[in-house]
Amino acid sequence: MGFSNERFVGMYRSLLLLRKLEEKAVEMTMTGQLWGWLHSYLGQEAVAVGVCAHLRNDDFVASTHRGRGHFLAKGLDPKRMLAEVLSRQDGVCGGKGGEIHIADWERGIIGSTGIVGGILSTATGVAFACQYQGTDQVVTCFFGDGASNQGSFHESLNLASVWQLPVLFVCENNGYGEFTRQQDSMRVTDIAIRAQAYDIPGVVVDGDNVLTVSAATEEAVARARSGAGPTLLECKTHRWLGHYTGDPQGYRSKEEMEECRRTDPIPRFQNHLMEKGLLTEEAAQQIEEDVDREVAAAVEFALDSPMPLPETALTDVYSKAP
Amino acid sequence: MKDSRYIRAIGEGLAEELDRDDRVFMLGEDLVDAGPFSVTRGLAERFGTRRIRNTPISESAFLGLAVGAAIAGLRPIVEVMTMDLFTVCMDPLVNHAAKMRYMFGGQYSVPLVVLTATGAGVGAGPHHSQSLEAWFAHVPGLKVVMPSTPYDAKGLLKAAIRDDDPIIYAWHKGLLSRMGQVPEEEYTVPIGVADVKREGSDVTIVATGLMVHQALSAADGMEEAGISAEVVDPRTISPLDTATIVASVKKTGRLVVVHEAVKDFGIGAEVAAVVAEEAFDYLDAPIKRIGLPFTPIPFSRNLENALLPTADHIARAAREACGVPVEQ
Ligand SMILES: Cc1ncc(C[n+]2csc(CCOP(=O)(O)OP(=O)(O)O)c2C)c(N)n1
Ligand SMILES: [Mg+2]
Repeated sequence: MGFSNERFVGMYRSLLLLRKLEEKAVEMTMTGQLWGWLHSYLGQEAVAVGVCAHLRNDDFVASTHRGRGHFLAKGLDPKRMLAEVLSRQDGVCGGKGGEIHIADWERGIIGSTGIVGGILSTATGVAFACQYQGTDQVVTCFFGDGASNQGSFHESLNLASVWQLPVLFVCENNGYGEFTRQQDSMRVTDIAIRAQAYDIPGVVVDGDNVLTVSAATEEAVARARSGAGPTLLECKTHRWLGHYTGDPQGYRSKEEMEECRRTDPIPRFQNHLMEKGLLTEEAAQQIEEDVDREVAAAVEFALDSPMPLPETALTDVYSKAP
Repeated sequence: MKDSRYIRAIGEGLAEELDRDDRVFMLGEDLVDAGPFSVTRGLAERFGTRRIRNTPISESAFLGLAVGAAIAGLRPIVEVMTMDLFTVCMDPLVNHAAKMRYMFGGQYSVPLVVLTATGAGVGAGPHHSQSLEAWFAHVPGLKVVMPSTPYDAKGLLKAAIRDDDPIIYAWHKGLLSRMGQVPEEEYTVPIGVADVKREGSDVTIVATGLMVHQALSAADGMEEAGISAEVVDPRTISPLDTATIVASVKKTGRLVVVHEAVKDFGIGAEVAAVVAEEAFDYLDAPIKRIGLPFTPIPFSRNLENALLPTADHIARAAREACGVPVEQ
């Protein structure tokens, strides 16, 4: 990978930001400061960071109910993101979307929706627009293992394949769809094998290793950008917490819940960088303090932001008010 | 003005908008060979397959794709061959196209037109004959138009393509070969504006789609009995032009609503409710609703005809409202 040292360190910082902001959001849910459910991204950070490292500002991502990592990695301002999650006026969607429904068009974040699998065809459509207009932008669509059982997954892969659209389908396989294990909802172990049915490359990587995710993405993005069509990239990862915060996880053993943290992507990458001499203890310390400050600022901004005005509940249904 | 068939008017509307804006393109099954209804005849030859695209039989994906393309700045026209087929692609429309502008705080719009054939009476049976416009009219964020004449067909289509929001354009199979006057020059018909298709003073008949013509022939027939009926065609189902409807009822004092969709929980109920809310004191008789009985649409012509509202049904209801019932 032709990344500069700064790029690698930037990825490390990004992993930390995702982790620390998410830990904060989980804490705020537990203490009742955050209204509604929170589908925690803890443990899956290497996927978002490894993939988005290869996207340009003018590329696109589409996301899921577990999307905060994707948004941050694609450049969404943590302040405006947290304000949205807290349903505030200064949230990126003015408090109408909340945790699950977030977009930031200026940063190429198409959106995330509450319908599992629903965004795949939309993302494919943005890729169509790129191709139609003859740009070399690419679209990345994140979704879960559970979503890969939806018709929209299969139909979108087929359509993207037929028209050779510039889209990268990233399946974050965390082993669960809500409370149901992958092996209870499909016979295949590798979801990437489903790519064969649509004659597109299907690649499986260790999703807890930011470098393997990054390497596979580099290839898939280059493929899409050159007009060679879509790729299905399956990142095997782990969901550290329940489906949402507060999920008692009766369906999971204590051992498994502890075990799944052993592949924590952050120390893995930190060790790698230190071994390569790209990161020193002092630099790591510095980055951590810097990220802590950024998280604190986001929390302050979000909590200071007023609740949206009731009148705004009626706006934006149509492009022009009737 | 020139004489044109309804189907020609649709084709012309498509061609003119494709011609004026490269962002406009079409997606659907067998569009290149003009599909079962031939609405897109000649377009692929003229505009090429970059812009007139055949899709796999995969409504959910290609409608969803159109939503994404619309967000990204294109102006897709998608054909969902008949309205019955929306059952396999409701999610892109209802949860995505209709809500993405709102839930993302107005960051973008979804300029999308979905062309679809509605209506019974052509022996198409239970899965190709339904009128489901009320489903879509019930969803905030969507708009629904139903042209009844070649003039409206072309003008509404052009307006829909230029509109920034998702619109269901439901044309009626039974109207394809109907003739009517269409201007030679460029024009559009505004979305959300009803048309008084016939003026009258005794009773208002609000009718949609093919039923506009049944209502007009009922109105002609009633003239002999000395009843002057006004026929209002909403043209746009949502947003509904309630002002025109209410004004008409205030003038006539009587209301009959007719549509081809089942009567129960239909557009007619909405129209009746609006009039009851806004013009109750002007009503001289109870409101009448006419629609399909609460059944699926059968195949046999005999059975189909037994269900579909006719000019005769409309005339009977209107005459009853006017206190001059048809003698048995
Ligand atoms: C169409 C649909 N069905 C069910 C749900 C409820 N639901 C929300 S998230 C989820 C699990 C999704 O699993 P997966 O795709 O693996 O994503 P993960 O939660 O593991 O990130 C379910 C069933 C939904 N939101 N949408
Ligand atoms: Mg999962």
